[in-house]
Amino acid sequence: MMILSGDPPRSRVLTLVLVVIILALVATPFLFPGAKALNVAAKICVFAALVASYDLLLGYTGSVSFAHTMFYGIGSYAIAIALYGMGPNWGAVATGIVIGLPLAALLALAIGLFSLRVAAIFFAMITLAVASAFQVLASQLSWLTGGEDGRSFQLPELLRPGTVLISKSVLGFEVNGRILTYYLVFAVSALMILALLRVVNSPFGRVLQAIRENRFRAEALGFRTVFHLSYANCLAALVAAGAGILNALWLRYAGPDTSLSFSIMLDILLMVVIGGMGTIYGAIIGATIFILAQNYLQSLMGIASKAASEAGLPLLPGLLHPDRWLLWLGLLFIASVYFFPTGVVGRLRNVGGDKSAGGSH
Amino acid sequence: MTELAATDPLPKPKRDIAPILLPVAVAVVMIPLIGSPSTWLTLTAASLAMGMMIFIMASGLTLVFGLMDVLNFGHGAFIAVGAYVATLVLAPFAASLQVDSLWMNLAVLAPAALLSMAVSGALGLIVERVLILPVYGQHLKQILMTTGGLIVAEQTLYAVWGPQIIPTPLPTSLRGSFILGDVAIAKYRVLAMLIGLAVFIAIQLVLNRTKLGLLIRAGVENREMVEALGYRIRRLFLGVFMTGSALAGLGGVMWALYREQVHASMSDDLTVLIFIVVIIGGLGSIGGCFIGAILVAMVANYGGFLVPKLALVSNILLMVAVLMWRPRGLYAVTSR
Repeated sequence: MMILSGDPPRSRVLTLVLVVIILALVATPFLFPGAKALNVAAKICVFAALVASYDLLLGYTGSVSFAHTMFYGIGSYAIAIALYGMGPNWGAVATGIVIGLPLAALLALAIGLFSLRVAAIFFAMITLAVASAFQVLASQLSWLTGGEDGRSFQLPELLRPGTVLISKSVLGFEVNGRILTYYLVFAVSALMILALLRVVNSPFGRVLQAIRENRFRAEALGFRTVFHLSYANCLAALVAAGAGILNALWLRYAGPDTSLSFSIMLDILLMVVIGGMGTIYGAIIGATIFILAQNYLQSLMGIASKAASEAGLPLLPGLLHPDRWLLWLGLLFIASVYFFPTGVVGRLRNVGGDKSAGGSH
Repeated sequence: MTELAATDPLPKPKRDIAPILLPVAVAVVMIPLIGSPSTWLTLTAASLAMGMMIFIMASGLTLVFGLMDVLNFGHGAFIAVGAYVATLVLAPFAASLQVDSLWMNLAVLAPAALLSMAVSGALGLIVERVLILPVYGQHLKQILMTTGGLIVAEQTLYAVWGPQIIPTPLPTSLRGSFILGDVAIAKYRVLAMLIGLAVFIAIQLVLNRTKLGLLIRAGVENREMVEALGYRIRRLFLGVFMTGSALAGLGGVMWALYREQVHASMSDDLTVLIFIVVIIGGLGSIGGCFIGAILVAMVANYGGFLVPKLALVSNILLMVAVLMWRPRGLYAVTSR
């Protein structure tokens, strides 16, 4: 209970699902051999943390930010540029972290102070504008960021796939630097999610929820709402940058498509809404569903599309083309906002859990 | 308080002209910076033309927000749909667009634009009924719903037309420039300016001279009161929403011809641009939207000429500057 900050999943089914997901993530390197499974698992970890940090903003303060990928990108690029420029050593990793995190927090503070002061609706539009400007900036400053190509870099010796930590003869499988990197990603993501859980269940988190429900009233009660909102914005940016660092470490690459593009922002929105806003746990569920769909639904759609085009149906092959998977998730997104706004987590809590706790509206 | 006789006209609110003077001031300040007067004239004409196109696209968004407090993040989708639908007419009649006769060209362009407006307007009807109606009064859900709508619309466009860029070359008679002395003004820009101005005047006339406009303005000011007087403001809003969508479609056609290409991702870039315009102008204000569009276009054109590197973030800087001056936009219409 302590580790969950007194905010358990509050539903037996949900607990079961979460335990299964976490155990599967822990055991992935041994259960599912092959690069693809490990990649998917690492991506789920990174995105669970990223989406949880977005949930702090969207679910707990009720403000829609479109600049979340910007912070994610700052983290990615900071570590990539540091490792690219200083060579693969731990000093470069530390430099990337020391530069990336404060930069993200400062930028978040600036945006927050500027746009949270005026009407709330401005925040969404202003973050959208700032994020798109940042994206253009990142692809134009090619001497620093590598432009559209991004930056590939080498990891420190310990984290490379070639480094064998425990040879195959000891345990029956090889533990190499790649697997160590995976566990690093897993552990840091888990820590960040637990920290977020702590934040939202602190008195500070309660004030955020009060602001979400009725900002005017929260202000009348004497809370400085701009301070609280800016603080939440900075925390979310810090975690997002942390997730960006992990993502870059895992991919050994940072570029506009993997860390800055608007489509990632939409992915995050989809994950947090499908998983369940204002729950933190929803981030884990949403990220798992979305990334599994992204990686395995496409091949299913490819088969369906082929079948449809062989049957000579009009339009359907185009709609079922593997590249159009986002269309179906978009429809799912609209349906979930409409029919179950509390997402999967809210649903499960209402069905199987303690009804009196009433996490939903 | 002074007594008013019954025959005296009502005291008029003071006109706020500072925002109107802003683009003029920007243009004047730019003369010495740019140096050559002919370059300045060309750039100014370009800004006005681009500003008019952006205004056409953004006007619907600002009215919809002002009237019904609905922020449509999917507004960009109407722009893209308008542009794609126009290619349905422009492509088969490519031959008559190559003829160097203004009337022949316009005979193809006009139906293309009208068809685009009709389709985007109809799409507006569907979007309003399906996506927005269930979530009135809930900003968060509106943003999520309309963003979802944007994703679906964009993906559907890709599915139907494919991911490649579709070229939309300008008709022959609209190519080239009018040359006045040593000033060159592209012909298409003149056309864009004329259409934009016509739309602006039409909107202003409807809003200020008709009963419909009176109701719309009253609705922006105080929705409940208009409803209490027995007007069905939902229906009024639907009309405004469809008109706004149709205008976005028209803007899409004009933008497609201006850029001479169509691509589904155009909605993303333009969404950002029209949001900036709407914020600068003050949510709900048509006049502010008009000035904002011209300012954004001026910054893009002058900035692109003077300091090309700055052009990337110039819109943001402009927005910051305007909001520092007036935190609720140039003209704060709504009390929200």
